[in-house]
Amino acid sequence: MSSAETSRTPVDPAVLFKAVFLAIVAIFVLVPLLATLLGGFKSLGELRVNPFGLPRHWEWQNYSDILFSARYWQLLRNSLIISSLAVVLTLITASMAAFTFAHVKFYGSSMLLSYLMLGLLFPAATAVLPLFIKVRDLGLLDTYFGVALPQVAFSLAMSVLLLRRFFKDIPYELLEAALVDGCSYIKFFRYVTLPLSRPILATVGTITFVNSWNAYLLPLVMLNTDALYPWPLGIMVYQGEYSSEWHLILAFITLTILPTIILFLLAQKHIVAGLTAGAVKG
Amino acid sequence: MARRIANSPAIGVAETPFSSLAVRGPAWDGRFTVLILFLPPALLLFTLFVVLPIGEAAWYSAFNWNGFGRPTNWIGFDNYRFVLETRAFWLALRNNGLIIAVSLAIQLPLALTLALMLAERFRGSVALRMLFFMPYILAEIATGLIFSFVYDGDYGLVASIWRSFGAEPPHLLASTDTSMLAVLIVIVWKYFGFHMMLFIAALQSLDKSLIEAARIDGATRWQALRHVVIPLLYPTIRLSVFFAIVGSLQLFDLVMPLTRGGPADSSNTMVSFLYNNGISRMRVGYGSAIGVILFAICVTFAFTYKRWFMRDE
Repeated sequence: MSSAETSRTPVDPAVLFKAVFLAIVAIFVLVPLLATLLGGFKSLGELRVNPFGLPRHWEWQNYSDILFSARYWQLLRNSLIISSLAVVLTLITASMAAFTFAHVKFYGSSMLLSYLMLGLLFPAATAVLPLFIKVRDLGLLDTYFGVALPQVAFSLAMSVLLLRRFFKDIPYELLEAALVDGCSYIKFFRYVTLPLSRPILATVGTITFVNSWNAYLLPLVMLNTDALYPWPLGIMVYQGEYSSEWHLILAFITLTILPTIILFLLAQKHIVAGLTAGAVKG
Repeated sequence: MARRIANSPAIGVAETPFSSLAVRGPAWDGRFTVLILFLPPALLLFTLFVVLPIGEAAWYSAFNWNGFGRPTNWIGFDNYRFVLETRAFWLALRNNGLIIAVSLAIQLPLALTLALMLAERFRGSVALRMLFFMPYILAEIATGLIFSFVYDGDYGLVASIWRSFGAEPPHLLASTDTSMLAVLIVIVWKYFGFHMMLFIAALQSLDKSLIEAARIDGATRWQALRHVVIPLLYPTIRLSVFFAIVGSLQLFDLVMPLTRGGPADSSNTMVSFLYNNGISRMRVGYGSAIGVILFAICVTFAFTYKRWFMRDE
């Protein structure tokens, strides 16, 4: 958009086309988001006649009622617990496995690695019914772990792939020297590999977090109790209850996506790198 | 116990400092400890929650079973026949095909065009990149709800535009003719930014001298783009197509708040079909058969695609 302003007269038609094109796409992206944010400030009656513009009368109460409700915070808490479990367990199990595959030579190593990589081939949805029965038989139905453990299992393949590629770049000579000096593999992992790998750990952690935070299908299948619902389930229930009171639903949507947007603005780099990470395949 | 195991290799290595270097053999103690401590957690979780369920899906799909007790009512391949005889299954498959077609025909060119425009820095380019990427990080549930508002026949944005022209607002999501179209627009809205980022990352790692050389040799900007830049982007284009297809095969969260796959199954995807017909009714055998079919499609696709299109990567 700004390129048009900086260009000298006469305006280059290519630049003008570019500016118009970018502006149209920007409007296409922005309008639904802004209408959601602003819609939460309107009364239902005003929403009907004025869905696009600024509210003529700002209804702060729509937002404050939700912000002061126990329900909203409970949803966020549940989501945070499940996502944190998924992140911590993924980072621990995947980094240990990736370290072994990167630095420990043993018979069957490549076979076991290919076995793990099978996880890249299909989504969790294909096996969700047997998964439900497995989680039920393990007594984990309706628990945070019943959601988090399958999420960890399904994120392992990608996580091990990314971590192993990074660990492999740590020179083998460093490990050999450490072993000679009496350091064990485990200490090397703890005091050399992990500290050197903060960027990739952050990336893997971010992917896992965003995926788990946004997940709907697994919690939908594994949880029955409202009190345990993460926010995507909770917001669907909320929408069911307030079916056409769109001003309240829009305020609720805005408040539930706010944490994601804040996280995005704070950790742009890791998120973009993380979510497009599959692109730099090895 | 665990601590003793963890400590033992350090002691062992310390006693014979050079043996671990001389031959890899004597270091076996240390490696063994790592193997039995570091691999099992990941392998166990993966086997328990990923591999076994897929195997069990194949097993359960041979039963008529509601999930309680043990499966006893063996019906062989009948569940597969039932799935293939369901009209909704073919509709879902067609919809997945439509999603892929729209990804290829609209989303990919859009993403590529935007990437070419935004790869070079100018004032506002980074902000626009971030803006276009933003829909991708929003939860699909939230996106679906936002657009069920946008499309709402009484309060929505589309209805308001229609009314300003004096026309009767359409209920896009409630009609079998338009429900899938409405879903497709949301899919483009949500995912084009991701593909754009893939292309931007690729463009930024391109060797600029090749483009300059073409320009010096008299190629127009369009010719340089068409014959130098785009061919250099082929690996990324193939990757982007791969993600679009894989994404379509697992699309579910977005459809639920918009249409739940309806009306009359007109906007089901494979996974929402699986959910509506297998999971929500606890028809474990039938649902497992759908899962196995979906699994077969995913695996066949992944291998063929890899073999045909991504050989060089």
